[in-house]
Amino acid sequence: MKRCLIGLMLAASPLITWGAGEPLRFGVDPTYPPFESKQPDGSLTGFDIELGESLCSELQRRCVWVENAFDGMVSALKGKKFDAILSALSITEARKAEIAFSNTLYDTPARLVAPEGSPLQPTAESLRGKRIGVQQGSVFEVYAKRMWGLKGVEVVPYQSSDLTYSDLINGRLDAAFDDAIAVSEGLLKKPMGKGFGYAGEVVKSPEIFGPGTGIGLRKSDTALAGEINQALERIHQNGTYDRIARKYFDFDISPK
Amino acid sequence: MIEILKEFGPNFLWSDGYRWSGLAVTLWLLVTSAVLGLCAAIPLALVRTYGNRWLALPVQLYTLVFRGTPLFVQLLIIYSGLASLSLIRESPSLWWFFRDGMHCVILALALNTCAYTIEILAGVLRTTPRGEIEAALALGMTRSQVFILVLIPSMLRRALPAYSNEVIFVLHATAIAFTATVPDILKIAADVNAATFKTFQAYGIAALLYMVLACALVGVFRLAERRLLAYQR
Repeated sequence: MKRCLIGLMLAASPLITWGAGEPLRFGVDPTYPPFESKQPDGSLTGFDIELGESLCSELQRRCVWVENAFDGMVSALKGKKFDAILSALSITEARKAEIAFSNTLYDTPARLVAPEGSPLQPTAESLRGKRIGVQQGSVFEVYAKRMWGLKGVEVVPYQSSDLTYSDLINGRLDAAFDDAIAVSEGLLKKPMGKGFGYAGEVVKSPEIFGPGTGIGLRKSDTALAGEINQALERIHQNGTYDRIARKYFDFDISPK
Repeated sequence: MIEILKEFGPNFLWSDGYRWSGLAVTLWLLVTSAVLGLCAAIPLALVRTYGNRWLALPVQLYTLVFRGTPLFVQLLIIYSGLASLSLIRESPSLWWFFRDGMHCVILALALNTCAYTIEILAGVLRTTPRGEIEAALALGMTRSQVFILVLIPSMLRRALPAYSNEVIFVLHATAIAFTATVPDILKIAADVNAATFKTFQAYGIAALLYMVLACALVGVFRLAERRLLAYQR
């Protein structure tokens, strides 16, 4: 009986530590380290997760992370499965037609990845006749198809970045085009990524890649948008943002 | 809905500018894998039913393995699994074949439908009316004439209703092609979803397209059955 009571108290303890107000539910697809990923014990980790937690503590609300596939994120937000998307979601014109965004969280560059010493450059001339892997539905696919696809470059969309990297390693692809940080974490820093590196310069295209990533919000939730933007301003000022960013990146990712 | 059809209709139906359309890719996958699978299944079904034990056993084992494992797993083994073996990568002809996602998908679909078709045909062979064979022998046909002129045509006719189902299953199975980077109807639907976030419409259009194709297949097979199985009516 005693054990049972202790068990009940343990089960209830999260209820007691709940902060004031409703919990803030973030939609996240934890397959994108170092922004969001799952640890072996099942807990979430990453830059977005820590950023979200610090925003929640500024807002004095409890964070609840709802896992959702990336390509269904916008419809799930509209369907009220969560209140906001915090999952490395790039701010684009197409998405802005459907949902609202917070101020920019961070801006990471796009780069080409190829075997070390490859002379490839991220231009149509250099890539003509080559096979370039991109993730389906990403801004990188849009860029690669528009800038290179029509000029004799074979752009191959993949269901996931894992499949892209394994085909880059086994030689089906000449290069992959992706977010520089995602590639660095998902491939270059791992043993299997030995012998691969960035090829050419950083690719910039504000009209396709947008100003960076933001928190996706329902257009009707203007009060929440205001609160989140203020909290974001505060964590920039009190140094929390820089402290978290230094933990994950060795260069500046804060928006201009 | 109308805007989606205006913007993405070409990608679904004909060409998106520099590649084949989703419909063309799906149809190509269906036709090649069904034809290859059927051509291989006819002799193998005869071997499975009439061959001696040492010939029939490997065929039985093959149908057991390919009917006993999910097609998706078979595709992953053929596309990703084999490509990770240096044996395959270092042999130029094998690598030429397995490097291309399209080859891998067609191989997986053909092997899978072949296994099911063998069992359909073998089942039909077991129920061949004895009278058909006796009549042929009574006319003085040789063993091979009986096979070619009586048994095989009779098998193919009577297998039609069950085989039409199998072809529709192959059509539905082509939806796994994008795992191996082959851009079929479903990949276009995923593109529409990514571009417009109209999930219901995006996948709804894909479902309608598959349904129209399946209905067309049913119609073609019904016509064929009416002609080829007329003697049964």
